Amino acid sequence: MSSNKQLKGAAKNVLGFNAILVYIFFYAPIALLVLFSFSDDDLVGRWGGFTLRWYEAFADNEQVQSALTISIRVAVVSTLVSVVLGTMAALALERYRFRGNTFFDALLYLPVIVPDVTMAVMMLLFFAAGRDLLDALFGISFAKGVATVTLSHIAFSISFVSIVVRARISGMSQRLEEAAQDLYATRFQSFRYVTLPLILPGVVGGALLSLTLSLDDVVITQFAAGPGSTTLPVFVFGLIRRGVTPLINAVSVVMLAISVVLVVLSLVAQRARDGSAL
Amino acid sequence: MSTTETTAAVELSTVTKRFDDVVAVDSIDLEIADGEFFAMLGPSGCGKTTTLRMIAGLEFPTEGSLKIFGEEVGTLPPNKRPVNTVFQNYALFPHMNVIQNVGFGLKMQGVSKSEIATRANEAIELVQLGALTKRKPNQLSGGQQQRVALARALVNKPKVLLLDEPLGALDLKLRQEMQGELKSLQRELGVSFVFVTHDQEEALTMSDRIAVMHAGKLLQVGSAEELYDRPVNRFVADFIGQTNLVDATVSDDSTIVLANGTKINAPNPHPAGTKVAMSLRPESITIGEPDEIPDEFVPTSLRGQVTNVTYLGHSHVYTVSVDWMPLEVRTNATPTSVVYEPGSQVAIWWDRRSDWVVPDEGYGT
Amino acid sequence: MTALATPEFEKANEKNKRRQGVLLALPAYLYLVLFFAVPLGIVVVYSFATRTSTGATELSGWNLDSYGRLGDEVVRTILFRSLWLAILTTAICFVVAYPFSYFLATRKPLTRNLMLVGVLIPFWSNFLVRNYAWRVLLGNDGPVSQLTEAVGLGETRILFTPVAVVLGLVYGFLPFMILPMYAAIERMDWSLIEASRDLGATGWQTFRNVTFPLSRPGVTAGSILVFIPSLGAFVTPEILGGGRTTLLGSFIVSQFLTARNWPAGAAVSTVLMIVMLIATISYFRSGGRTL
Repeated sequence: MSSNKQLKGAAKNVLGFNAILVYIFFYAPIALLVLFSFSDDDLVGRWGGFTLRWYEAFADNEQVQSALTISIRVAVVSTLVSVVLGTMAALALERYRFRGNTFFDALLYLPVIVPDVTMAVMMLLFFAAGRDLLDALFGISFAKGVATVTLSHIAFSISFVSIVVRARISGMSQRLEEAAQDLYATRFQSFRYVTLPLILPGVVGGALLSLTLSLDDVVITQFAAGPGSTTLPVFVFGLIRRGVTPLINAVSVVMLAISVVLVVLSLVAQRARDGSAL
Repeated sequence: MSTTETTAAVELSTVTKRFDDVVAVDSIDLEIADGEFFAMLGPSGCGKTTTLRMIAGLEFPTEGSLKIFGEEVGTLPPNKRPVNTVFQNYALFPHMNVIQNVGFGLKMQGVSKSEIATRANEAIELVQLGALTKRKPNQLSGGQQQRVALARALVNKPKVLLLDEPLGALDLKLRQEMQGELKSLQRELGVSFVFVTHDQEEALTMSDRIAVMHAGKLLQVGSAEELYDRPVNRFVADFIGQTNLVDATVSDDSTIVLANGTKINAPNPHPAGTKVAMSLRPESITIGEPDEIPDEFVPTSLRGQVTNVTYLGHSHVYTVSVDWMPLEVRTNATPTSVVYEPGSQVAIWWDRRSDWVVPDEGYGT
Repeated sequence: MTALATPEFEKANEKNKRRQGVLLALPAYLYLVLFFAVPLGIVVVYSFATRTSTGATELSGWNLDSYGRLGDEVVRTILFRSLWLAILTTAICFVVAYPFSYFLATRKPLTRNLMLVGVLIPFWSNFLVRNYAWRVLLGNDGPVSQLTEAVGLGETRILFTPVAVVLGLVYGFLPFMILPMYAAIERMDWSLIEASRDLGATGWQTFRNVTFPLSRPGVTAGSILVFIPSLGAFVTPEILGGGRTTLLGSFIVSQFLTARNWPAGAAVSTVLMIVMLIATISYFRSGGRTL
């Protein structure tokens, strides 16, 4: 009996210890990266006293600045489009029955599970074929650039947005919309005053996820990008491959800070939607 | 054009609703009078909720005529009908507080802000929720939510109030309390209440008239007494209250023959030769020694053996086996009453006015 | 205007509703057909095309050569290495995440939410940056190396080895394993476990026969969410493998950017996609609901 209890206690301790290790594993690398971004040493992983010079270098570096601007432009535009399209799709699938809705459902799921690299290849070949086709048919020539990057980001963001919004809609009783109509609301008023405010946390959550994914992506962007459309992650990825410098530390910490702001916002949005993950 | 002198609040004629191949409501005729407390009762899936939703405009009938105060409304959307609904589980808007919920209908109708405030407060007063106007629905108890739902519907002064299982989510004690309140509210307002329930006790205690539905069909409409004492068929007899249904065949106008050949006097006539069931309420039966059947009850008596006794405090419930089937008998338990142990040979008898013969049908086709 | 209900009206009303649904779905539908389904088709088409000696792709003379190349020694090695590392990553994630998720799911609500936020932050944080952090840690004279030297284990040289790649993948995808697994365990009906103990099962028997089977949907979902991106990983092997541990992702990319063999890249992409589809479909078939 008592040995059983001891065993149980030991098991609990092991679980707790494991949890502590997991958090150290998650956070130690990030913490050290932040620390080294303030290190006055030319090696990326060595402490050489406090400095802000890498952040100054970040602010002075025009390439980094332009990549950051492009990233934000792509993220914002692709998010706006995918939030509208994804929310409409979510409403259609949760609230209406129509022919082909199962096929649509599957099509909407695919971009979530297709590996990045495959999606990247798809975009490369698609834009190459599109360029040839437009040239041959209409004599229009276009070059890959910010537009193609944005188009490819929308292609995967729609799906994520619609999944998040759908989860929210499915948790919302259809009786509420009926009650609104019973209380003299037109269909539009019922959407405006009941449906929209209630799915808003889901829409916001979807938008934040879409921003995060857009600011995260390297491979798809690389394959859909042309000259002058290098986003910050692609630029940083290129830098890392050529060799690490403390400047990258500073840039990374800035990217991390953007991520963390988005997480916090999404957690706030999530509080309004009953603590479901993702 | 209504042929009756006063216009019915709600009038359905041959209303049918089909979902794909399923007939949810099968050619119903129904009139609900103005100021009536009307219940639609039946097991789940009987079509009662669909009927209510058609009156509300949340479903459109496949065919048939649906009038509210004489006006044909079958194809009107819910926002164009002079009725309001208290939904099952209330469907309160979770992002609005009590006063916003209650004022919603008026706001949608374009009523001025000051009037919305006055009327919403009145409605909240009416359901005794005064202090809670700024609360959100999730900060209210089930009973309070129920009151908000009522106020939200009543504030619009509907010509008919529809209630879908309004008390289903409440616990027993609160339910009984709300039954009384709903009833007096209805009397005070004089508006027709049409409510759907699967709880027969609730229907019997609250309503002026009750419609019993089963498998999409309307079986019987009547007062609680009518349904209880004079059910039209086997289903209604079985569904309303507890009863013994004894299979029989009609031999002539006033006599039926039970399975063992016993002839019994029947109160209501049926064509000779039809298969029927005799409905015998457990509390209408008297139990006694085999040799003490009073003479006048001999034609309405049976002999059997007690197989089980349950003591319920105020009564004893016996199961008496009469050869071919068990019958339930309920007797008032008094300190002096004789208790028959299982195994005892007994006689049972009843007043010939307290049995009732119903056609052996009603469980759908 | 008569408002009498008729079957025709009902039919028209239903048709109208369906049309509204279609109209809502249409923009996303068209977008995904054009920018997802069509590109997907093009990849499959290219995988049957011919590569000319100059590195261009000829869309004629359709053949299976590119798929035949999957049997080549070089490609096969990469294929198996990728599979092996993806399986290893999934297994490590499982071993670490299961007890963690269990612990998390059995905490009090407040602690649990705080701990969950602790998992969500890395989940949402920039993937590239998180990989880069390990590059800094594992680099020559980096903190890890300094630490091992200080305790007398000598210099650590795991950067640019498969070990570093697996470490990076685990680091990147561990939250993907934890979140669905936590959700499954948290949803579990705990009275079943009490019932099992009440019926005389030991702790281990209960775990094997009750707890684990009940949490399996989460385990499967988590495994798929880790396995698929690991198999197609590109960023991690590039940054932490230094291009020396070529995996499928890097191989595909190189076929397009350096080797200029588009049909071969398309063929490997197609295979990767099929593997992913099989995994996902079998998950949904086995009763999984959401990923």
